[in-house]
Amino acid sequence: MHEEVVFAGFGGQGVLLMGQLVTYAGMMEGRNVTWMPSYGPEMRGGTANCGVVVSKEEIASPLVSEPTSVVAMNRPSLEKFQGMVRQGGLIIYNSSLVDVEPARNDVRVLAVPANEIANELGDVRVANMVALGAFLGATGVVSVDTVLQALKKVLPERRHGLIPLNQKALARGMELAAALKAG
Amino acid sequence: MAEKVLMKGNEAVAEAAIMAGCRCFFGYPITPQNEIPEYMSRRMPEVGGVFLQAESEVAGSNMVYGAACAGARVMTTSSSPGISLMQEAISYMAGAELPCVVVNIVRGGPGLGGIQGAQSDYFQATKGGGHGDYRLLVLGPSTVQELVDLTMEGFDLADLYRNPVMVLGDAILGQMMEPVEMRERPKRDLPPKTWATMGAAGRQKNIITSLYLDPAKLEKHNLHLAEKYGRMAAEQVRYSAYMTEDADVVLVAYGTTARIARAALDRARERELKVGLFRPISLWPFPYDALAAATTGAAHVLVVEMSLGQMVEDVRLSLGETKPVHFYGRTGGMTPSPREILDEIVKIVERGA
Repeated sequence: MHEEVVFAGFGGQGVLLMGQLVTYAGMMEGRNVTWMPSYGPEMRGGTANCGVVVSKEEIASPLVSEPTSVVAMNRPSLEKFQGMVRQGGLIIYNSSLVDVEPARNDVRVLAVPANEIANELGDVRVANMVALGAFLGATGVVSVDTVLQALKKVLPERRHGLIPLNQKALARGMELAAALKAG
Repeated sequence: MAEKVLMKGNEAVAEAAIMAGCRCFFGYPITPQNEIPEYMSRRMPEVGGVFLQAESEVAGSNMVYGAACAGARVMTTSSSPGISLMQEAISYMAGAELPCVVVNIVRGGPGLGGIQGAQSDYFQATKGGGHGDYRLLVLGPSTVQELVDLTMEGFDLADLYRNPVMVLGDAILGQMMEPVEMRERPKRDLPPKTWATMGAAGRQKNIITSLYLDPAKLEKHNLHLAEKYGRMAAEQVRYSAYMTEDADVVLVAYGTTARIARAALDRARERELKVGLFRPISLWPFPYDALAAATTGAAHVLVVEMSLGQMVEDVRLSLGETKPVHFYGRTGGMTPSPREILDEIVKIVERGA
């Protein structure tokens, strides 16, 4: 088991947090993990991404150059990263904001209307958790229960009231991945 | 065993310093190491220490000089352009034999350069970035755990030899998160700081200086330093060798690049190419003899760096004309990919055959 994932979107969508949760959960499940953010002259609305490696083996390079999965929360991210995904890998994209189809036919593709679902749940800010749920459902890299435990550690205590909403968002994403798997 | 926690390299360095007894931090912000002063500004008051954001790197590094004179465990951190500004104080501290830890989270240069990771400060760190005949102990970690362990070790070594120690990281190591065990180290028996200037009541005064106007005295002082550097060189060589025993091609890389090289090695081994990896951990003293020993059976050596070739000069010093020393580097904040390194390996093997 060796997964290299890129989470990408625009600043403010919570892509760094998505990566951190998978990394944290991976560590809690006894895997080796690394998390590497893009950083630089970036701001809200600019692009942001992080590369996460979760592995049974000791992790050599923490830099993800040929991801097994990409989760793209907006169109520039899909366009930037889709070409890097390994054959047979996975592309999850936020179809609420991305109005093109991925240009790959040698990978699994999951369209997730993350913003729409998040809006249904009452808060567009959990779009990242919908996409993360879909990612967990499609790959099983870590379990959703561990991600929820990780969320408790990553979120400051005054924000713990938001955990049930995040849990719902994760569950909706999982359902979507399951439905697409079955279909 | 302490519980593993997920930490950014930069935060881990800061906590490691606190755990090693560092109670004075002076610095000036610069990307990509800002999480260190940020962490220190919060943490130092909790442990009764001093955090001070100086008006410049020049000032901050001279505050380090002052605190070291008073016997404190003291650290400063910066990134390449900031470290350049500190070279005067580093030379003075080497001359005055003051222990301190300086962390360089290297970014691309020269000049203001960029903010992505690089290894182009190797010459500056290992060959004397400031003036005079002096040496720093230079340690090059490649994981967040090693960054923590070597930072803690760095404080002991600084006190042991009365010498500045530099931890040479890079922006990737500083920015990445990795599980780390913040383990307490066994206490080392270190010489008491009888030389420190902490008030002279009841004893003769101590003088800490790097000024010797009489050339005969200055030469004598330099010879004393040289004797110390000789001991450091004999006692502090650190490296790791991986799958070098049967290797036809040995990769030589340090820090983050060693990890990328390791990924290339794994792919090469899948293709049944006999590739090994030699990773210097102490960059000064450089493991000249160990490298020569680890590559005796190899036909080729390939040095990989995030620079246009700096450590490769030490590799050539170590190996002389015994075998071809190849080089592959990316610079300016670009990183070599495992695939690029593998391509270089394949080229070398095909050319060699």
